[in-house]
Order: sequence, then C-alpha cells, then structure tokens
Amino acid sequence: MAYSAKVLDHYENPRNVGSFDKNDPSVGTGMVGAPACGDVMKLQIKVNEQGVIEDARFKTYGCGSAIASSSLLTEWVKGKTLEEATRIKNTEIAEELALPPVKIHCSVLAEDAIKAAIADYQRKQAQGEAPRQECNS
Amino acid sequence: MTIYLDHNASTPLAESVRAAMAPFLDTRSDSLYANPSGLHRQARLVRDALERAREQVAALVNAHPSQVIFTSGATEANNLALKGWAAAAIRPWLAVSAVEHASVLAPARALARRGVQVACLAVDGDGRVTPETLEEGLAAWTRTQPRRAMQGLVSVMYANNETGVLQDVETIAEEARRAGAVVHCDAAQAAGKVALDFQASGVHMMSLSAHKLNGPKGAGALILDRSVALEPLQHGGGHEQELRAGTENVAAIVGFGAAAELARRELAARRERMQALRKRLEGRLKAIPQVIVFAERAPRLPNTTCLAVPGLEGEALVMQLDRRGIAVSSGSSCSSGTGEPSHVLQAMGVDPEQARCAVRVSLGPDNRPSDVDALVSALEEEIRDAGLEAGLQQPALQWAPL
Amino acid sequence: MDQHNEREARQGRLKLPIYLDYAATTPVDPRVAEKMCACLTLDGNFGNPASRSHVFGWRAEEAVEEARRQVAALVNADPREIIWTSGATESDNLAIKGVAHFYRNKGRHIVTCKTEHKAVLDACRQLEREGYEVTYLDPEPNGLLDLDKLQQALRDDTILVSIMHVNNEIGVIQDIEAIGEITRERGVLFHCDAAQSAGKVEIDLQRMKVDLMSFSAHKIYGPKGVGALYVRRKPRVRLEAQMHGGGHERGMRSGTLPTHQIVGMGEAFRIAREEMAQENARILQLRNRLWNGIKDIEEVYVNGDLERRVAGNLNVSFNFVEGESLIMALKDMAVSSGSACTSASLEPSYVLRALGRNDELAHSSIRFTIGRYTTQEEIDYTVATVREKVAKLRDLSPLWEMYKEGIDLSKVQWAAH
Repeated sequence: MAYSAKVLDHYENPRNVGSFDKNDPSVGTGMVGAPACGDVMKLQIKVNEQGVIEDARFKTYGCGSAIASSSLLTEWVKGKTLEEATRIKNTEIAEELALPPVKIHCSVLAEDAIKAAIADYQRKQAQGEAPRQECNS
Repeated sequence: MTIYLDHNASTPLAESVRAAMAPFLDTRSDSLYANPSGLHRQARLVRDALERAREQVAALVNAHPSQVIFTSGATEANNLALKGWAAAAIRPWLAVSAVEHASVLAPARALARRGVQVACLAVDGDGRVTPETLEEGLAAWTRTQPRRAMQGLVSVMYANNETGVLQDVETIAEEARRAGAVVHCDAAQAAGKVALDFQASGVHMMSLSAHKLNGPKGAGALILDRSVALEPLQHGGGHEQELRAGTENVAAIVGFGAAAELARRELAARRERMQALRKRLEGRLKAIPQVIVFAERAPRLPNTTCLAVPGLEGEALVMQLDRRGIAVSSGSSCSSGTGEPSHVLQAMGVDPEQARCAVRVSLGPDNRPSDVDALVSALEEEIRDAGLEAGLQQPALQWAPL
Repeated sequence: MDQHNEREARQGRLKLPIYLDYAATTPVDPRVAEKMCACLTLDGNFGNPASRSHVFGWRAEEAVEEARRQVAALVNADPREIIWTSGATESDNLAIKGVAHFYRNKGRHIVTCKTEHKAVLDACRQLEREGYEVTYLDPEPNGLLDLDKLQQALRDDTILVSIMHVNNEIGVIQDIEAIGEITRERGVLFHCDAAQSAGKVEIDLQRMKVDLMSFSAHKIYGPKGVGALYVRRKPRVRLEAQMHGGGHERGMRSGTLPTHQIVGMGEAFRIAREEMAQENARILQLRNRLWNGIKDIEEVYVNGDLERRVAGNLNVSFNFVEGESLIMALKDMAVSSGSACTSASLEPSYVLRALGRNDELAHSSIRFTIGRYTTQEEIDYTVATVREKVAKLRDLSPLWEMYKEGIDLSKVQWAAH
C-alpha cells in the first residue's frame, strides 16, 4: 500500500502524542477500537471554561493511517468549540490524508474517538455540577 | 545455420523483450525480485511493473487493463475460460468448433465427461464456421431446452494454428450473443499477426499467449468481460482478482507486456513483411504441380501456409527438411510425433491420406526471402528424390501407343 | 549523538532497503539468471519442447530433461516422477484435486492442517464444495502436529493427507518421515507441500514415504512462474489432470513448457544441492544473531518452535505494537506480517491464530526471513532499527500504556467497532 505524503508526515512526526490525567474534570477521554481489530485509538481533549478545546493528546495502536488520522485530528480540534469539534466528519480526514478505500475505517475511528472524548467530557461536567454547587454554598 | 519456419509453435524472444525482462531475473541490486503481494516498498515496485504489463497487453487487444487475467499461458487461459465458466454456470451448454486447439477441445471433452452438454460446430471446406453451421449448433441447444433454462458458451478460435484460417469472429459473436450465449475466442495465434479489438469483437473472453508473439513462454492471459461469472480453477491466495491463485510469473509477465507493446507498434510492418514472404512462397509453390496448399483462398493469417505433397508423408518430409536445416512442422507442435492425421484438416473434409501429408510452414517477421527460396528448393529436391517428379512420370504415359 | 553517527556510518556501507523477505520470494541467483538468459537470447533455446520434428524442439526438450534430472536429484527421486507446473500453487491444486478426483470412488475424506498454505486450504475448500469431507487438524501451540491426533483423524474413507514440510510463516519443520510411515501403513496417500523446505531441509524421497510433493522455484533462487510436482511411481500414484490440452507431461499437465524457466529451476536446484549444508550454517548463525539482538526487548515472543525450524525464519510478535505500523516503521527493511499472499488484507495471520495466539499478538507479528545474500551488517542494522522503532511505537500505543499501568487487557470491555 502506498501512503500519501501527508500520512507519512504524520506517521513520522506525530503531533500531540501523550496523555492527560483522565481524572481531571476538564479532560475528556475517548477510547475506541479493539485490539482484535488491529486498531485502538485514545484521544483526549482539555476544555476551558468557555467550552473551547485548548489542547489535545492521542495514543494509537494501529496502522500508519490510523496514527495519522488521530494525529491530524488533534491538530484540528485545538481551538475549536465542542460544538464545532463534533461537526468534524471522517470524510474530511480521509480526504485530507488521501486515504485509500481500505483505510477509510481509520478516519471513521478518529471521528468516533473525538465524539467519545466530547461525550466523556460532558458526562463528567454533568456529574461534576452537583458537587461544585455544594462547594459554592 | 538452421532456417526457422515454425513460428506458430513458438517464436524467438525479441531482444527488447529480453532486455525488459532482465532486471526481473538478475536483480540483486535493483530489488525487482520481490513478491508483488508484499507490503513493502520493493513489492510495490514489482506490483507497478505487473500493472504496466497489464496495460500493455490490454492495449494490444483494445481491452481495459482490469479485464486482463494473467495465466501461465494460453492453455491455462482456455481451461479457465471453459471450465471456469462451466463451474459457475447453471446447466451449462457448450459449443466448440471442430478445428479448435487441443487446449480447447480437451477441456470440452473433460466437461462432457462430467455431464456437460457439448456440441461440435462443423466447419466448411476452408475450416470456417459459417452462419449455417453456427445456427445448426445453436439450434441443437435452443431446440432441446427453453433458452432461459440453460447457459451457453460458444468457443471459436480467432485463427487456426495449423492452417492460419481466420474465423469471422464478429459475426459468430453476434449470432451467439443473440442466442443468449457467452462467447470465448482463443486468439493465441492471431495476436501480434492481425489487429485484435476485444471491445468491438463482441466476445466475452479471449485467450492470449506471450510466446507466440516474441514474448517468453510461461505467460498468457484471459481477457475477460467481467459480466461473465467465472470460478477459479487454481485455488489459494486470491491473486488476479481472485481468478487465478499463485505468485505471479513477474519476469515473464513483464516480457509479455513488452512483447505486446512491440507487436502493437510493429503490427502493420510485420504483417506486410510476412505477407510479402508468403506471397513469394505460395507463388513459387504454384510452379510445383505436386504441392497442394490448404484453404488457400480463405482469409488467413499473413504468415501461415499449410501444404501437402500427396505421396510424401508429412512427418517424414518434416524430418527430411530438418536434415536440410529447415524447421517446419506437421500439424500442431502439441500433437507432433503422434502420427495421427490432423483433426483440423479432417474437419475440413480433407481425405485422411492427404491430411497425413500436411506440413505447416509458419513465417516470422525476421525471415528473409532467401529462407523461403531455400524451402522451395528443398521441397523440389525431396519431390525429385521420392520419384514423384512430374517429368519422370511422363515417359510412362508416352510408352502406351506402340 | 555518537550512536547516531555510528548508525549513519553503518548505513553508508549498507544498501537499503534490506531484503528480509526470503520466504515470500528470493532473488534469482546470478548463476541461474545466466542459464536462463542463455535460453532467451535471439539465437538461444527458444524452440517449443513439444516440437518433435526439428532441432529447435529437440534442443529445448534436452534442456528440459536435464533440469528434470537436477530437480529430482535434490530430493533423491526418479526424474520420471517430476511433473512441471507453473508453481507450487498449481502443484498443490493438481496434487489435491487430482488425487481426490481420481480416487473419488475409494473415499472422499481428506486430512490437512489449519496452518497449511492457502493453496492447500483453498483447494480443500473447493473439494468440500464438491462434496468431499476435510478434517483440518489443529497444530500444537509450537506449530507442530501431534501425530497421535493425525493418526486418530484417519478413517476408512480417508484418501489423502496433505501436510506441509516447512511452514511459510513460522518456519517450523513437520516430521514428514513419521507422517509417511503412518499414511503408508493405513494405505492413505500423503501429499507434502515442500515449497519452503526444498533446498533448506534434507529431503530423501527414497526413504521418506511421501507420495506427492510440491516444489517452487522462486523460493530457492529460481524464477517465478515455474514449479514441479513429484508423483511417486512405486507404489504408483494416479492423478486426474486439472489442465487439459495437448497432453504434455504424460497427460498430467498440458501447456507449452517454458524452457527458460524450467532451466532456471533446474540450475537453482543443482546449486541448492551443492551448497545447502554450508549455507544453512551461515544463515542459522545470522538468525541467532538477530534473535539474540532483540530477545531482551520486553514482551517479545517467538511464534513457533525455535528448534525444529528452518534456519532462515524468525517470526516474532512485539506485543502492543501493531504489525502494519511496524512494517511501515521498518521501511528500510523488506519484511512481512503474516504470509505474502494475505498480507495485503487486514486480517491477522490465520497461522498464528491456529497456534492459539491472541489477537494482539497475532496483529503484532513480523516475519523476518534470511537468505543467501543477507549479511551480518544488515542483521546488525536491523536489530538497531527494530529496537528503536518498537520503542517509538510503544510510546504511541495506548495498549502499552495500559499494560504499564498494570491493566489486564483481556478484561477490558472494548467498544464494538
């Protein structure tokens, strides 16, 4: 399989590799895929008070396209509001990286990962509201 | 120096074809030896070469590269076409012409043994399937069964390997299609000698061979209209769009591609040269009353002359000519040495005794006029040595009135 | 920095990429290429070996028969027992389907193993569609067959056992001599795919009771597109032809014989016979050097028995690293994950799955195969690169992170995808 130059670039120099503390309430973590399928993607976002994604990190077990898809996504979501980030489509990722048909699932996985990370963040926020109010009172 | 006049059996490899193949054979440094199925860069280079060859072969017959299925040769392509089609068809019915190559007739016989209905299409005195004989064959099918209940395949070669006679493939394909049949055409002998157009011909499948057009032995192709369902005959690994398993014969396929491109570029020039040579040959043969040329007036390949000297057994004559340094053959190379008279000539209604005397001369673009002259002189001498010379028989006739 | 410079310097002497995929195919030995090219030149041996009527045909036939003797000699067989084919895939198909069709009235049961090459498995699957029954034996976790299990799988209607000599992915060597004893005693035919073993492991068909054996040229420095099938004469083995036509190869396989390829195969087998012993010793030493260089990396597993294994093969799983990304990282090396025939697909190796390897390990495997032209420098460079890239990819791997956190991955509920 011939990889595009952009896939190779992200694969050789992945952006934003690493992890945030997943217990931090301002962090949302999405973990998608399964080792049995050959892909596991972990995407984390750090969201500020205004609901803007300040920073992102990823770790991916998978092929070059999976690594590139998640690396690209971390670049894209930074500075976006949660609402904007949910609107990122896998087709945009696939197009940007010129993924061949057999690798489209990598971009789908990346889309799933950001959605899962946002959902995790929102769940934490919803749970966190009650205790925070307690503190205030 | 032997004169080679057996190009329908096999052809010498063109120098540029050899050069195209060389890096895939002797390649420690160029890393073109990789298995094209691999994931690494070296494998991709080899895969690219295969795809280029696919384009070249497709261009020779005006097909799409995706329609080219590489095989080990025309025999395999014919086997795949007939048996692969029959395995995928519902209640298959098959019609093959009586003059087909053994690699079509033998699979047809094998299918008949397995219970497939097989009809043999008769040919006229020139060895051609006519609209009438085709209709007869198709009628046998459409009479016995409601047409929809069975699937039919008609297999007719483009050019005969022994006589060079060309079939009217387009008309046959049209008629066969009208009857709802799939059409296969063995074009192994035609490719490189006459222009082929897969799209326009109306056939669904076409077999090709590399070594008949100055390419290497060990590579061939089935050109396939993908609307036809085929079962692979060789299983294991899913190569060639799941139709032909096995590591690709890369060097030979690359050679096939190069030979196809060369043939396409040189087609007109080659045809002209061969035609001129044959005209010379057959013109000089006319002066020898003992020689018969079969299907002389039929449309033929530009390079083939099938002749006989009644009274001189074909195989013996071929051996004599070999002793004189001229390589020709009696019948097809596959059946050479069997002593059986040619099934092709017999189907044309040639008397078996005469058929036993048949000799095939097949010219190549590199033959020279002097090669043809040498053959004619050798034939004349053989005729004289055998005591068949017309002049020798004359006195016997004059002796009567005394 | 020093380390880096040293690498650069070493790299300067090396020709990249390094070819470590000898089980997929091998370069043609220059001596073989020379013989082949001699057939391919304009005044070379281009005749059709089936042409009985002139010197061009005879010369080609002579060359074909010399090659037949060379192939037979490597495996101690009679040249008349060698049938030319287009490769091991065709040989396997001809052996299995040819025997099954010929002996269909004797029985319709076949025994094989789950780790066979696709050519064998797919031919068996085709026979199942035709109404035959096939038993697919499980290998032991080391890749070898338990012969008692083979013995038990044989039935009164078993007509054929097909077991490969050396596995293409993990390189383990089956005890075909013992299998031959079992099958002969039970009156069952034994086919053995020796594509990966010929020229690497000793084969003596006078001693071994193998009835049919498949060979490939391009796995032992010969050309692609040619192979052979050994068909035993005593006791005689019968086959139904699978390719019909002019009746070449005594009716068992029709089609014009590709003289230059056959000549190449003969020369490759001749060289193998003469050089096998020395070559094996050298290759084994390189394989050990490779394994010794990487075996102390954490969570590295050899797939298949390391002792009963062909010298050139090392199949390793780097846990928590995905195989395809590792191949990409090892772009200076031509290696494979799984077998070449299936590696373009995303499925993990069925061979490793049959050994009972879990999905992560199956997905993390790399096959290194060493051969005639591999050098010590290449192995050293490979060791250094593998160590560096595995570490890099593990830094990227969420699975590695979890493993390091002490999480049992087998207990994690993975989101369905």
